[in-house]
Amino acid sequence: MSDIKKFMYLNRTAPYGTIYAWESLEVVLIAAAFDQEVSLMFVDDGVYQLVKGSKPADIGMKNFTPTYRTLGDYGVRHMYVDQASLEARGLTQDDLIEVAWEDWETEEEVDNIVEPIDAAKVIELLDESDVVFS
Amino acid sequence: MSDLYTVNKSPFTKSSLDTALKFSKAGSSILLYEDGIYAVVKGSAAEEKIKAAMGDKKVYALGPDCAARGIAEDRVIDGVELIDYAGFVDLVEATDKVQAWL
Amino acid sequence: MKLAVQVNEGPYQHQASDSAYMFTKAALEKGHEVFRVFFYHDGVNNGTRMTTPPQDDRHVVNRWVELAEKYDLDLVICVAAAQRRGIVDEGEAQRNGKDGTNIADKFRISGLGQLIEAAIQADRLVVFGD
Repeated sequence: MSDIKKFMYLNRTAPYGTIYAWESLEVVLIAAAFDQEVSLMFVDDGVYQLVKGSKPADIGMKNFTPTYRTLGDYGVRHMYVDQASLEARGLTQDDLIEVAWEDWETEEEVDNIVEPIDAAKVIELLDESDVVFS
Repeated sequence: MSDLYTVNKSPFTKSSLDTALKFSKAGSSILLYEDGIYAVVKGSAAEEKIKAAMGDKKVYALGPDCAARGIAEDRVIDGVELIDYAGFVDLVEATDKVQAWL
Repeated sequence: MKLAVQVNEGPYQHQASDSAYMFTKAALEKGHEVFRVFFYHDGVNNGTRMTTPPQDDRHVVNRWVELAEKYDLDLVICVAAAQRRGIVDEGEAQRNGKDGTNIADKFRISGLGQLIEAAIQADRLVVFGD
């Protein structure tokens, strides 16, 4: 039986301008099948990925923001957001989507797993991870 | 043990170096490679932040990427260790994991 | 040390594929195991056999192929990213009604699960990108 690793997905790019945000999300969805401990970290322009109200129809692209809202169903327990990155961009948590999470076995529920954190916490969480995806 | 933070973009184009330095723990290693090596050129606007980083972290730069860009060893900030690809591999082995700050 | 390598950019446009190749080669020459090289995002473009770079410059695709031949390296291209960008093998051509294939020898197309598996199995994941 292999050990469970702590996977951290580091998101630093804005959505739509490049494909990294969307294709990174696809990795998270696939990872659900592998029973590892998965968290997401949004830093720098990555925080823009969680901004609510996105309407990409007029740029001719598919809206993938709704997919973030399903991450609770894909075994993601934490979506950390660097507070300083938010502030530098004139954003607050109110601008961000909410993602619900439920543990199927214990039925424990969390209304929103999107969590702004400070730099010290970012450092600690990255340090504690076993694998960081970029 | 601690992590290896890699930065491969120029500090004058992207904020990756700043962010990597901000989120790197004391005792960790930073590797500048590809265009990231411009951060270790003496007299550049990045020099102070590299020197500050060296206060509690080890800073490396990939020698081949410096040479490719005409940055001779004597133009590299004192205290930055130049390594080659074999050294890069050793650094990956010597640290706990790699964080790629692209 | 067992390594997993990820390449996020295509040949020539960014140095990522070169850096990944140099790193992987150095690791193999030192006797380390490279469990898999996974090509994602534009990195899938490293897997086309249709490139004709100038003769006096490095052949990025063929270098990977030669390294794979010498060390039995597993070069995997993500299927979803490949479909978007048009890297096609026989199976994909048939499934998606394409009139040809362009995948290079020694590369294989597979799912993102291969990246996750590599991250689980390897001691280190090293990502090269932009």
